[in-house]
Amino acid sequence: MKQFWKSMLRSPSGVIGLVILLLAISIALFGPLLFPNSPWRMVQRPFLPPFTLSTVPLGTDALGRDVFAGMIFGARVSLLVGLVSTLVALVVGIPIGAMAGYFGGKVDDALMRFTEFFQTIPSFALAIVLVAILQPSIYSIVTSIAVVSWPPVARLVRGEVLSLRTREYVQAAVVTGQSNTWIIMREILPNALSPVIVLASLMVATAILLESSLSFLGLGDPNLISWGYMVGAGRTVIRQAWWITVFPGVAILISVLGLNLIGEGLNDALNPRLSREGR
Amino acid sequence: MPKRVLLGLLLACGLAAPTLAQEPKTGGVINAVIQPEPPGLMLAMVQNGPTQMVSGNIFEGLLRYSPKLEPQPELAESWSVSEDAKTYTFKLRKGVTWHDGKPFTAADVLFSIEMLKQTHARARTNLAQVDKVEAPDDYTVVFTLKQPFGPFLGIFEVGSMPMVPKHLYEGTDWKTNPFNNAPVGTGPFMFKEWQKGSFIRLVKNPNYYEKGKPYLDEIYWQIIPDAAARSVAYETGKVDVLPGGSVENFDVPRLTKLKDTCVTGAGWEFFSPLAWLWLNNRQGPLADKRVRQAVMYAIDRDFAKDVIWNGLGKVATGPSASTIKYYTDDVKKYPYDPAKAKALLKEAGYKGEKIRLLPLAYGETWQRWGEAVKQNLMDVGINIETIATDVAGGNQKIGDWDYDIAFTYLYQYGDPALGVGRNYISSNIAKGQVFNNVEGYSNPEIDKLFADGAVATPDSKRKEIYEKAQKILVEDVPVAWMLELQFPTITRCKVKNLITTGIGVNDGFKDAWLDK
Repeated sequence: MKQFWKSMLRSPSGVIGLVILLLAISIALFGPLLFPNSPWRMVQRPFLPPFTLSTVPLGTDALGRDVFAGMIFGARVSLLVGLVSTLVALVVGIPIGAMAGYFGGKVDDALMRFTEFFQTIPSFALAIVLVAILQPSIYSIVTSIAVVSWPPVARLVRGEVLSLRTREYVQAAVVTGQSNTWIIMREILPNALSPVIVLASLMVATAILLESSLSFLGLGDPNLISWGYMVGAGRTVIRQAWWITVFPGVAILISVLGLNLIGEGLNDALNPRLSREGR
Repeated sequence: MPKRVLLGLLLACGLAAPTLAQEPKTGGVINAVIQPEPPGLMLAMVQNGPTQMVSGNIFEGLLRYSPKLEPQPELAESWSVSEDAKTYTFKLRKGVTWHDGKPFTAADVLFSIEMLKQTHARARTNLAQVDKVEAPDDYTVVFTLKQPFGPFLGIFEVGSMPMVPKHLYEGTDWKTNPFNNAPVGTGPFMFKEWQKGSFIRLVKNPNYYEKGKPYLDEIYWQIIPDAAARSVAYETGKVDVLPGGSVENFDVPRLTKLKDTCVTGAGWEFFSPLAWLWLNNRQGPLADKRVRQAVMYAIDRDFAKDVIWNGLGKVATGPSASTIKYYTDDVKKYPYDPAKAKALLKEAGYKGEKIRLLPLAYGETWQRWGEAVKQNLMDVGINIETIATDVAGGNQKIGDWDYDIAFTYLYQYGDPALGVGRNYISSNIAKGQVFNNVEGYSNPEIDKLFADGAVATPDSKRKEIYEKAQKILVEDVPVAWMLELQFPTITRCKVKNLITTGIGVNDGFKDAWLDK
């Protein structure tokens, strides 16, 4: 563990990514304490440009709502959706991949055809359809993002498990009569997790983008403000008021970039070959 | 504020007021936007907004209506009403021909009425009081009513009762008649071609009965599906006329600031769209009158007018728009007063039960409006949850009474008997339909007032009845009235005299001319 942090902190991209992520998380956690007012509240005249009033530093939108407050509350929704939907996708994807890889044969065939069924449909289109059918809400958005993002996890885990299950220590465990569950949980998965962790960090970024795209199209939860919603609502007035779209857009860019940097850093830190070279 | 600019421009340009006595010039081509593309142009069978806008210049009705909704001659040159208000005699204009050269006579009127009764839901309702229609000669039509019907002279507008050529439709299958795709009317413009997805082209009717009219040679109705692209088309000079509702509200101030641009909110008086919130009177906290009144006090309607509608429109005072006959503002007033709203909620014992709000899925403006109203209501402590739906889903929820608060706007058609009563009388509570009494308000007194008002004579009696009805309704708040909507029409200032009637662009090209 210590070594992991050491090599993680040695990669500059990882450090930058971590800083960004920590910043975003602390804004999401503590920001609303500083801004007790709802971001939907109309506080100033509409279309107030940024940097003119210290009370609304980033200006106001078409209804006179504080763009800065929207950004802070939006961080909550974006990060929450990103993390939770990734978690759900992992919970679905890892067992399916592990079972397919471990048992092989018919089980593998069945599970992989099932996975491919989801992979053949363009993920964004599927997410739109799911949200539209389930009615837009935070739950339906998390669900649909999870539904479209688990297949890569399953395939990745399957590949790892396939190569690991022929190793001697796994065969030894089989010979000593351990149960399948025990072998998968204790012997195989812990060794297959490194690439999954890297993938997961990128999935969070993708989920944030997906949520933003859905909100941009007006399929966000109408009761929660999010960065994608702000960009979508400001898009039509971009010629009159650039700041309504630009600031939340930059927020999306930075947080997605941060997560990608973390992914890179994790990859460096967790890849045994690379880290050995580094030592 | 943008609204000042708007009003200033409106006054400066005088688009609606033909005060500058300039001699109309003949000739010229106009490009106008039509949004969305109409599903068809046969006005007797399709009544969508865009159809009325294009075809109102091809077809004509017996009467035309001034911005004050006074009937004016069109195909009928004069009319008289019998002493008992049950017989209406129309004298038709002589020398009118259809676009194919055949003469227009009383036989066409009789045929049109028979056809419309089957193809036009609103015409059917409007004609319900008619006992019989006769044509003593080729240029006289006599309507005999079952009982006096006050708003009768208000039902002859071109979109409500367009005249159809008998010689082309009689004995055919109306739905598949080839002339549905190339409509033949008596109007100032003739249908020329329709490139689907691109444009509809109308040309001048050279044999029009009003000598010298129309002034324009051609109209191109340009079809541009994207709202931003429509604004750009105006800015780049591709189109000269943006009818009401064809660009988003927030683009209006920018466009009106352009050189040689005139804007007016006139031309919607006949429709008088009134926006309100359906409040479900049947269940939950909203069944209590005090909670409904609190909703009225809690919503900042001036904000909606100034910010969301860019200053266009008017805060509604009650069930009738101010352009509707017998309108009165001598009713209970609901200014923006959150403190009063809170007090009423407390008195009613509201304890933060969740209330669902259904915005209207008609684009940006309505979405923003939904958010603003939600915030207003949350501010006084009403626990609102917004439900996101599309137009069809929203209609279904409202029709099934599966909502608490829902946005809507409806046309009022000039007379309370035609467009107001339908939303409040208990006989109009019918599950599954969207534009009737979906709030479930039921008050025998109101039922009686609207029943009496439709058939009462003389006018002063109707006035008395409808004013009483307005007072009762505003006290009871069956729905929360928001704004009298105005859809600004934006044109180049060189387009003159386009909007002279109560339906504006819909039949306005007859008088319009181009100052080159």
